[in-house]
Amino acid sequence: MARVAKLRIWRGDASGGQLRDYDVPWEEGMVLLDVLHVLQATQAGDLAVRWNCKAGKCGSCSAEVNGKPRLMCMTRMSSLDTAAPITVAPMKTFPVLRDLVTDVSFNFEMAKRVPAFKPGPKGPDGKYRMMQEDIDRVQEFHKCIECFLCQNVCHVIRDHPENKAHFAGPRLFVRYAALEMHPLDTNDRAELLKAKMGLGMCNITKCCTEVCPESIKITDNAIIPLKERVVDQFFDPLRWAWRKMTGGGNGST
Amino acid sequence: MAEYETHEHDVLVIGAGGAGLRAAIESSAQGADTALICKSLLGKAHTVMAEGGIAAAMGNVWPEDNWKVHFRDTMRGGKLLNNWRMAQLHAQEAPERVLELEEWGALFDRTKDGLILQRDFGGHRYARLAHVGDRTGLEMIRTLQQHAVHKGITVYMECTLVSLLKDGDRVCGAFGYWRESGKFVVFKAKAVVLATGGIGKAWEFTSNSWEYTGDGVAMALEAGADLIDMECYQFHPTGMVWPHSVRGILVTEGVRGDGGVLRNSTGRRFMFDYIPEFFKKETADSEAEADRWYTDKKNNRRPPELLPRDEVARAINAEVKAGRGSPHGGVFLDIATRRDAETIKRRLPSMYHQFKELADVDITTTPMEVGPTAHYMNGGVRVDGEGSATSVPGLFAAGEVAGGLHGANRLGGNSLSDLLVFGRRAGLAAAEYAKSVSKAPSVDEGRVEALAREAVTPFDPGGTENPYALHHELQKEMQSDVGIIRVQQELERAVKKIGELRARLKRVRVEGHRQFNPGWHLAIDLRSLLVCAEAVARAAIERKESRGGHARDDFPKPDPAFGKVNMVVRKRGEALSVSQEPIPEMPAELKALLEG
Repeated sequence: MARVAKLRIWRGDASGGQLRDYDVPWEEGMVLLDVLHVLQATQAGDLAVRWNCKAGKCGSCSAEVNGKPRLMCMTRMSSLDTAAPITVAPMKTFPVLRDLVTDVSFNFEMAKRVPAFKPGPKGPDGKYRMMQEDIDRVQEFHKCIECFLCQNVCHVIRDHPENKAHFAGPRLFVRYAALEMHPLDTNDRAELLKAKMGLGMCNITKCCTEVCPESIKITDNAIIPLKERVVDQFFDPLRWAWRKMTGGGNGST
Repeated sequence: MAEYETHEHDVLVIGAGGAGLRAAIESSAQGADTALICKSLLGKAHTVMAEGGIAAAMGNVWPEDNWKVHFRDTMRGGKLLNNWRMAQLHAQEAPERVLELEEWGALFDRTKDGLILQRDFGGHRYARLAHVGDRTGLEMIRTLQQHAVHKGITVYMECTLVSLLKDGDRVCGAFGYWRESGKFVVFKAKAVVLATGGIGKAWEFTSNSWEYTGDGVAMALEAGADLIDMECYQFHPTGMVWPHSVRGILVTEGVRGDGGVLRNSTGRRFMFDYIPEFFKKETADSEAEADRWYTDKKNNRRPPELLPRDEVARAINAEVKAGRGSPHGGVFLDIATRRDAETIKRRLPSMYHQFKELADVDITTTPMEVGPTAHYMNGGVRVDGEGSATSVPGLFAAGEVAGGLHGANRLGGNSLSDLLVFGRRAGLAAAEYAKSVSKAPSVDEGRVEALAREAVTPFDPGGTENPYALHHELQKEMQSDVGIIRVQQELERAVKKIGELRARLKRVRVEGHRQFNPGWHLAIDLRSLLVCAEAVARAAIERKESRGGHARDDFPKPDPAFGKVNMVVRKRGEALSVSQEPIPEMPAELKALLEG
C-alpha cells in the first residue's frame, strides 16, 4: 500500500514565495527526489528543480531538507520522519531563481579566477611519472562533484553575502589545494589566496566538511594545509620554493 | 513578433559533455571564436557518470597491446558493422588524447612504475582502460571543463536548442530558449558541432538522465542529415534493479573487469552457457581458466562475463525469462566472494557508496542484483570518418550523437575515448570550415518566428495531455516492444503507438509560465524523443537479422547480407524513410588484422 508523504516545498521566485503543502504517495526504496518527480508528474508540473544523474555523482539536486543541506537523490525517504511534514527549501546562500533552483553562477565566476594548472617538463621518454601515494591526497580533492553544499553552509558567505566578492569558499579552496598539491604543477597561487580569495576568513568550523556528500575532509586536508602554505611562503619563502621545486610538498608539512 | 536575443560566433558547439568540451577546446585553439552550449550547468553532462575508464592502447600494463589489437577488438565487438576508418583513427589516436588529459591536470590511477594504470573490460583483449577508481568520467569532464574555462571559451549554461537554422543548404546557427527565463535565443554561427549525446530517456529503465532526449539527432534529421544503425541501441547488462525507483542506474563493467562474476538463482556462473560461436576461440570455457586470465593473459582466454555488452545483456535477459533470476527480476553480480573488502572499496568506491546508500547493500559482503538498462546509442548521425562532418554543409557531430565508430555494439571504455578523439577532430574540422566561410551567417526571421510560435503552443488553453504522462507511455512502449529482444509484430505496434503519441503531443498542455518550467521543457523535449524512438523502431523493422545491440526473436541469427549494409534513416517532409546502404569497404591490410 502506498504511503503518503507530507511535503512542504518552497515555491516562488526572486520576488518572494512561501512554503506550500502537498500530499504525495511514495513507496519503499524511494529517495526524496523520486517523490518530487511524482509530485511534478501528478500535481505540480512546473515545480522547478535541478537534477541529472540521480546517483550522487553529478551534484545537481542540492537543497535544504528539514533545514539540512543535502543531495535529494541520496536522501532516502526511510531516513526521514515521514509522519511529520518534510520541508524542502532552496540553498540559502545563493539567490533564488525559481522554487528549488538557485543562481549558482558565483561558483563558476570564482572558478574562472583560479590560475590554471601548469605542468613541469615530461620525463626523457616523453611521459609523466607519478607514484600512487603521491597523488592519493589530490585524488580525494578530485572527487568533488560541485554540488556547492559546502559553499552553501559556509557562514562567511551564508550570513554575509557581501563577502562573496573576495572569498572563494570551500569548494574553490579544495580546487586550489588540488592544484597546489598536484605533483606536476609549477604555478604559485599563495599570494592570490592570501590577498584576494579570503583564505584567512575561514575560521575552520568544519561546516563544509560535515555536509560534503563525497566525504572530502575539506577543512583538515585542503584548507588547513593551504593556510600553512601561505604562512610558510610569507615567513619562509626559501623553504617553500625548495619544496615546490622538488615536488616534496604534498599534504601538510 | 517574437522577442529573442542574438549571439554570433564562428563555431557553435551544442552539448558540453566530453565530446562538446573537447571540440570547443580544439576549435578555440584553432583561433575560431567558439561558444559552448550546455543544457544543464557546466560539468553535469552525462560524461560525469561514466565510471570504468577510457580505452586506449597505451601498453602500460600489457606491452603487447597496440592500436591494431584495439582496432580489431572494436570491429569485432561491433560485429563488423563499424565505419572502419573511424575505428582505425580511434584506436590510433586514443593514447595521445589520454596523455593530453594528464597534461591538463587529470590524475589517473598509477602503475607501480608511476605510469597510467589500465584495467580490464569486456571485449578488450588486454587491460586497456585508463581510469580513476570508478569515477573516470568525473575526472575527465572536470579536467576538460577547467581547461576550456581557462582558454576563454564562451559557455552558455542551461540553454536548450530546439532547431538548427539554415542559410540555403548550409547550417548557419540554431534556435532555442534559456531554461531559466524561458526567453528565446538565436545563435548565429558559420559551423555547428552537435555533441548532444543520446536518446536513453525513450526507455523506462535507463542509465540516462533527463537531458538525453535526442535533441541533436532530431535537429540533424530535420536539417537533412542521415542517421545510421539506430536499431543497434545498447542495453548495458548491469543496471541496478532494486529499489524500483533507482532501477536502471548504472553498475560499472569495472566490477566484472576487476573479477566480479554473474550468477543465477542457483548460484551458477551462467555466462559459460552463452558463449557465441563468434567469440568461442577467445573465451575461456572453464571457471579455472577464466580465473587464471586476470593474471596470465598469454596462456588463458577471457572470462565469458567479459564478452561484449550485447552478449551479456541478452544472457541475463534469458536467465530471468527462464525463471532463474534474482528476487527483484535481475541476476546476481558477485564480487564479494571474489575480492577482499579493501580491494573492492579501493577499486570501486562509488559502487560501494551507491549500493550502500540507495539499496542498503554492502557489496563487499553481498552480491548485487543487476539487470539490463538502456544505456547508449550505438548508431546516430552519419558522419565522415575523418572530420566528423555530416552530409549537411557546416554541420558536424561527435560523441554519442554520431554513428559509425561502434557499429552494432560499443565496447565499454570506447565511449570516453570516442569523445576525445572525435571531439577533437570535429572541433578542428568545424574551425577550418568556419574559416572557409566568408559570408556572415544570415538567419531567416520568418523561420525563427515560426519556431518561437511552435515552442509556446503547450501553454495554449484547450490542450488536455500531460507531458509527464505522455513520456511515461512512450517509455513503457519502448521498454516492452523495442527492448532487448524484438519481433516484427511488436515493432509495428510500437511505430503505431509512437504515431499516436505524436498526435497527442500536439494537444499537450502545461501549467504555469515560461520561467524554469520542467513541464514545458519536457513537452518540447518529447518532440525530439518521439522522432528518435520512431527512427529506432523503423530501422529495427528493416534489419531482419540479429546483430550486436539489435536482436530479433523472429530472425535470431546474423545474416551476412545484412552485415554489409547500414540502415539509413532520413526525414523528408513529415515522414521517416529507411533504406539499406552498403557499409564502406575495408582495405585488405585492415581486414587482415581482424583474424587471430
